[in-house]
Amino acid sequence: MIELEQVGFDYGGGALFGDVSLSLPAGSFHFLTGPSGSGKTTFLKLCYGALNPTKGRILAFGDDVAAATRDDMATLRRRIGVVHQDCRFLDHLPVADNIALPLTVSGRDLAQEQQNLTDLLGWVGLSERADAYPAELSGGERQRAALARAVILSPDVIIADEPTGNIDWDMSQRLLRLLVDLNSMGKTVLIASHDMSLIRAAKSEVQARVLRISNKQVQLAGADL
Amino acid sequence: MRRFFGLLSGDARSDRVVPPSGTTSHLTLFVAAAMGFLAVFALALAMTADRVADRWSDAQSQSATLRISGDAEQREARTAAVLDILGETPGIASSRPLTAEEQAALLAPWLGDDLPLGDLPLPQLIEVIAERPGYDTDALQQRLNDEVPGAVLDDHSGWRAPIVDAARGLRRLGVISLLLITGTMAATVTLAARATLAANAQVIEVLRLVGAEDRFVAGAFVRRLTVRALVGSGAGMVLGVLAVLLLPPGGETQGFLTEIGFGGLGWLAPLAVPVVTAVVAFVATGVAARQKLAEFS
Repeated sequence: MIELEQVGFDYGGGALFGDVSLSLPAGSFHFLTGPSGSGKTTFLKLCYGALNPTKGRILAFGDDVAAATRDDMATLRRRIGVVHQDCRFLDHLPVADNIALPLTVSGRDLAQEQQNLTDLLGWVGLSERADAYPAELSGGERQRAALARAVILSPDVIIADEPTGNIDWDMSQRLLRLLVDLNSMGKTVLIASHDMSLIRAAKSEVQARVLRISNKQVQLAGADL
Repeated sequence: MRRFFGLLSGDARSDRVVPPSGTTSHLTLFVAAAMGFLAVFALALAMTADRVADRWSDAQSQSATLRISGDAEQREARTAAVLDILGETPGIASSRPLTAEEQAALLAPWLGDDLPLGDLPLPQLIEVIAERPGYDTDALQQRLNDEVPGAVLDDHSGWRAPIVDAARGLRRLGVISLLLITGTMAATVTLAARATLAANAQVIEVLRLVGAEDRFVAGAFVRRLTVRALVGSGAGMVLGVLAVLLLPPGGETQGFLTEIGFGGLGWLAPLAVPVVTAVVAFVATGVAARQKLAEFS
């Protein structure tokens, strides 16, 4: 699904990653851990094509991401749903419109997708908040809305960057269960998190693997949880 | 062209993703209106100058005046001789001596109506109308010199040429003004597009992250600024046409300044102003959007 072949990345001030080779197979569930500033967000950006590696290559669905045209990249982004740490909403649009944004930009008929949107709002527990604006949402609501937006096009891969970073434990568990549900539907899930308690809690829910960033390498952290 | 009209027909979805208008958009509307207003005046100036140049270079070039001097008997004899010569000259459609009343009318603006012109030794004037392509002026003057002393041919070229040159110069100035207005509009819209795109960098980033193609993102901004330029220019055009209509009429005193305006189908020409403005805005915004979007992954 997503493969990294001897990938290196240099910010200009030195190498952040040296020689990373790994694969995220279809239907897998991975956590990415590492200390603050270790490059978790950068690694995720490499995976969804927001950054290009300075060395090696990244294959997404079999295609070299660096060789993708801008339109190819737009198509790739529709197959990889991303939940950003800061959610990245359009503040002038209500929640429902923000969640439907991937439908809008891909030219889908919103009238036909209305039921899907309603179902999705219910799934993330935001049915009553559909007309609210992003600034009116709590941290947990924002993260769930961001997750709904990430999955509305039913992407093959879901990438989440510290999705539980600003929410309480109960909400973290709720969000984790949504991600596990998606994985059980066959979606590949990659979550960057420094929250080890969340990772341990996931053990009872899903067969997840942990990738750890250390010494400019991204390595599998031992056995399955 | 299909893309242009497709863009103007609108896409409410892409419109909504761009935040409501800011100051830049309102300024674009104002500048487009001002440019539309000025463009109508430049167009009126150019078209009026064109009409004047054509009229003086065409209609007046077909007429000439023969002036016959001498005492009364000499004038009579020479007039008859000149009319004979003109009748034999190829390229002359008609010729006739002006009546005393017509000559008095020509002098009235300078000498008044009550002067006893019959007491003055005025030359006899003969109006000559040429065919197309006309007659050989030099050959006719030479024959008149040989056969009718005191007969002078004036084909009006001496005073007509500077007027025609001036009118053509004004026409050029009008066209140059239109080009400058178009260029200024393009520059203004480009700056407005850059400012709007820069102000909405986060919106563009989000749209790209959720899978928007460049044409979707650019379309939303291009449409907004193009429609704004079209509306502003249209309003300016209407005001410009009204201002031209309200210019005081010249009455019987015809002159360039009292003729400024449009004639006949020329009144349709201002309709091109908002259309050209919209096309310029469409192209300028499109180029600016493509350049800006290249900065986003």
